[in-house]
Amino acid sequence: MASDRKASEIEAKSITKTFGAFTALDRVSLTVGRGEFLTLLGPSGSGKTTFLMVLSGFEAASSGSLWVDGQDVTRLPAEARGFGMVFQGYALFPHMTVADNIAFPLRVQKRAAADVARRVEEMVAMVGLEGHAHKRPSALSGGQQQRVALARALVYGPPVLLLDEPFSALDKNLRGQMQEEMKRLHRETGTTFVFVTHDQSEALALSTRVAIFDKGRLQQIAAPEEVYERPANRFVAEFLGDINILPVSGDGGRLSFEGQPLACDGVGTTASHIAVRPEYMGLHLKQPAAGNAIAARLTDLTYQGAETRMGLTTPGGTLLILRQPTGALPQGLVPGTPVWLSWPETRAFAL
Amino acid sequence: MTRTAALLGPLMLLLGLAYLLPFLGVVRWSVTLPEPGLGQYHAALTDPLVLSVFWRTLRICAVVTVVSVAAAYVVTLLWVRGSPVQRLLVELCILIPFWISVLTRAFGWLALLSNKGLLNSWLMSLGVLSQPLTLVRNEFGVIVGMVHFLIPFAAFPLATTFRGLDERVLMAARGMGASRARIFWQVMVPMTRAGVLGAALLVFVFALGFFVTPAILGGGRSVMAAELVYLRIFQSPDWGLGAAVSVILMVCVGALLALMMRQGRAGGAR
Repeated sequence: MASDRKASEIEAKSITKTFGAFTALDRVSLTVGRGEFLTLLGPSGSGKTTFLMVLSGFEAASSGSLWVDGQDVTRLPAEARGFGMVFQGYALFPHMTVADNIAFPLRVQKRAAADVARRVEEMVAMVGLEGHAHKRPSALSGGQQQRVALARALVYGPPVLLLDEPFSALDKNLRGQMQEEMKRLHRETGTTFVFVTHDQSEALALSTRVAIFDKGRLQQIAAPEEVYERPANRFVAEFLGDINILPVSGDGGRLSFEGQPLACDGVGTTASHIAVRPEYMGLHLKQPAAGNAIAARLTDLTYQGAETRMGLTTPGGTLLILRQPTGALPQGLVPGTPVWLSWPETRAFAL
Repeated sequence: MTRTAALLGPLMLLLGLAYLLPFLGVVRWSVTLPEPGLGQYHAALTDPLVLSVFWRTLRICAVVTVVSVAAAYVVTLLWVRGSPVQRLLVELCILIPFWISVLTRAFGWLALLSNKGLLNSWLMSLGVLSQPLTLVRNEFGVIVGMVHFLIPFAAFPLATTFRGLDERVLMAARGMGASRARIFWQVMVPMTRAGVLGAALLVFVFALGFFVTPAILGGGRSVMAAELVYLRIFQSPDWGLGAAVSVILMVCVGALLALMMRQGRAGGAR
């Protein structure tokens, strides 16, 4: 299957898109590698969907250029780019059966009827819809409609598949299932996938790289581990999960927080803030003998099943959060309990 | 339940007094004048003259429905999906005539299309024609006037259908490389089918009862059912037959309305 497909490389150079006085995209430059699974992540209004629309050709960039495999496609309309696209809400043809939906792009290309029938059958099997080919989309569940949309977008072997929040209408369990499916399809087709979502866990779970957008600007593009563990800036750090940010001072050649000296690998004394993910912090009732530790007072406890989430305040008034496995918590913790928080030297980074 | 009844009551009473009672009176005439029995219905359904009027009515209504809905489809497409300038133009062209009385419009068409009307005068002074074209006092004139009147009635329900169309489905078709013609015929038209059927039924039902436009633009030669009723009651006092034709027309309209409501319900359930 993968052998008859080609995957493209896309290069965006300083793409800007304005709508009147509003700048939806501000000089976005990035490269999507051949066969990559790139996720565009950001809050609503961050420009991620606009960027996907510029990639697809449904929106023209106001300035900048777009290159596919070294060819300038900036002025090429969507219909001439030959990309596959899965729309939010699937955009299936409601009056056609599943088989006719999937066959549509092949018929547009005037493929021979036997070829169309064979390809449709292959795609139906690939997305696991055997036995549903004669049904209308309205007779299918959300997850099944999603599969039809994927099959229709992939049936003609496009070099790039663009996906606009494809899972936003699915419930949580189905999402997990479809994510697996998506990974498998990416593996099997070898096509370049560009996927838009506002769900950070989805982005981290699926992608080879994540591009994070805010206010029309590309904030960071890197592998999931890197954007999470080494965010480029405060927006990225705060957007991806919970984070504790500590104001520090480097006076006297040594980092300190509220007068407490800290050891942090790779953080210079010019840093004004350091950040630590809550899952890397440990909770103690007494001051640990060695390592980084700061005092705090427990302000609230939220039981969340396997984990318990805690809110804390330091004597200097910094708010922190902490997540611990419920089973590992010391007995008798109540709001107001004075505690100590520790973390390994390698887990803090400057922001 | 009682609240609903109380709120609907006055309207029901008005409809009962103003429409139902007089209509029952008409039904009574149809079976009592000039003598009791179903003779007038027999006459209405066998008299060649009356039958020819029925056939003409059906024919004109069918043509008017097809032409109005097709024209309204294009007009609405521009109205809902066109550029701002196109939208404004269409709005002016649909809404302004919509508020002008049917009588004024019929006379307007007469002034434009009659033998000594604007169109014929121009064409003759330009030397295109030596004899005027007969554009009114025939079915053509009636159809032109009715289509003009009925386009907005088809355009309004169609506009609702177009506004409910999922833009992304059309984008999806475009993204797959489909030509504009293919998108129109294979995606847009099938997706708006229910709206087209609804608009067609509405226009047809409306057209069945047309009186003023055919009377003026048909000039007494292209008599339609409603005008026949008028003639039988006011000119050749034959109230029984006029009443029977009325009742037949009413039954047709009622049946079509029932069909329309069933369709609407099926559409809503889907």
